[in-house]
Amino acid sequence: MPKKNIVPTAVVPLGDCAAYIEFTGKLDLEVNALVLRLSAALQARKLPWMRDVVPALGGIALHYDPDHPQVHGDALEAAAIAVQECLKDDFAESGDTARTVEVPVCYEREFAPDIDEVAKQAKLSVEEVAARHAAGEYRVLMIGFAPGHAYMSGLDPKLSVPRRATPRALVAPGAVAVANEQTVVYPYAISGGWSVIGRTPLTVFDAGRSEPSLFAAGDRVRFRAVTADEFVALQK
Amino acid sequence: MSIRVLRPGLLTTLQDHGRHGLQHVGLCPGGAMDPIALSLANALVGNEQGEAALEITVIGPELAFEEDTLLALCGAEFKGSFPHNRPVLAQAGSRFNVGRAVRGARAYLAVAGGFGVEPVLGSRSTYLPGRFGGFEGRALKHGDALALRDPGAAARFARLKKTRDGSVRWSAPPLTLADREPILVHVLEGQHFGSFDSSAQRSFFDAVWKISPESNRMGFRLAGPALVRSEADELLSGPTALGTVQVPANGTPIALMADHQTTGGYPRIAEIVSADVPRLAQLAPGGTVHFTRCDLGMAAELRHHAQERLLSALRGIAWNYGQ
Repeated sequence: MPKKNIVPTAVVPLGDCAAYIEFTGKLDLEVNALVLRLSAALQARKLPWMRDVVPALGGIALHYDPDHPQVHGDALEAAAIAVQECLKDDFAESGDTARTVEVPVCYEREFAPDIDEVAKQAKLSVEEVAARHAAGEYRVLMIGFAPGHAYMSGLDPKLSVPRRATPRALVAPGAVAVANEQTVVYPYAISGGWSVIGRTPLTVFDAGRSEPSLFAAGDRVRFRAVTADEFVALQK
Repeated sequence: MSIRVLRPGLLTTLQDHGRHGLQHVGLCPGGAMDPIALSLANALVGNEQGEAALEITVIGPELAFEEDTLLALCGAEFKGSFPHNRPVLAQAGSRFNVGRAVRGARAYLAVAGGFGVEPVLGSRSTYLPGRFGGFEGRALKHGDALALRDPGAAARFARLKKTRDGSVRWSAPPLTLADREPILVHVLEGQHFGSFDSSAQRSFFDAVWKISPESNRMGFRLAGPALVRSEADELLSGPTALGTVQVPANGTPIALMADHQTTGGYPRIAEIVSADVPRLAQLAPGGTVHFTRCDLGMAAELRHHAQERLLSALRGIAWNYGQ
């Protein structure tokens, strides 16, 4: 069960139009789960002066209009009070309603430029790397770095390699990568420092969709190995 | 019927006041780097303040008008002969070269009735990293044809107060251009200010920072003394906001601008107050800035002052439209 009497470790302004309510400065999955529930509870309040509720790994960023008529006095204080009120409510009892997102991944070499290197470091065969990655049960801890870019916990410790010394100039859109006890799926062709061990044919962030992001913080994620032919078929 | 792009300029994109409420899926609001200049340009052609306009960067485009078009250019001053800060009726068949910026870095070219592009996720802003929004999700290229959403809107020109020869002589004040550099930018101490050693803390406020050439709509890199942290531990990735100043391991601070990342793992030494972000956005590479400390009370005063100056300029424009 989540710690119910949790208190912020810091309430800091992110400029005059946002605040960061921090609950931990270290990676703590239990606190992260609480942060996600708290964010959902804050979002559900639909406060008219709140522009965005952004869960991070160890806390919540609140973006607001400090001059909104419904903010009485100091907006930073009002944001902290809104969080306190949510904490007092029974939001933690609401149970786990996370959805599960299934992600097809092709782990074949042409889609996995770093899988040989990861296999070498983990002292596993390439097939075992793919099998272990696909067997994992993952949880989205945070969306950040780029639109739809999900940081997920649940990586097999054997696959937790350090970041690459030299980031790749461009990774393929949908590249599935590992590092630092986590796995990510790159939404676009961007520069990235994680080791790419596969690729999904799904579009991670599509501005034309009603829900542009494939992932949301808190989602459960499962990867399913597909062949190169299936990858091409799914891409269409 | 449209506006033809003869030369695109350095980086010309459509921008409005941005797409809000999507930072939880990693998408920053984006939009105009200098939203004040955008508001003025729109008001001058009778648009809503947040209509999308061309954001022109350092080297302007050359455009050809296929029909009578009411437009206004606000923000940075450009060398071209085109009048700034006032409504101008470009005749069908005319051409206009914006030229090179001589003061400030970004100008906004608004057309009456707005540009004929569809909003994406509630905004017509171009988001370059994601290649969506604005005109085909990209900067303008030679040969592009920009449609006008309401070609009849050029008729608004008739309502304007003019001199006897039929031209507009009055102009709106440039609100975000500095008279001299370094410009003074107010900041709040960031969450990790205390983790920098005292000499780095002093340097941050003493130095004159120069906008480095590796700066863009995502962030301005600031050349100056390297800022060293006394605690070199890795930080848990945390949130960022418009105006956050973060310091990577190499000690070179980065001020996060309109297309910033929504999270980051670097220490945040300072947070630029919202009132000063548009003025910073008007610095070109090589431009200089000096930071000074303030608190939330002063940030609010600066914000209200900037709002009041904008409102007063908007009232002046409305008066010239006979409203």
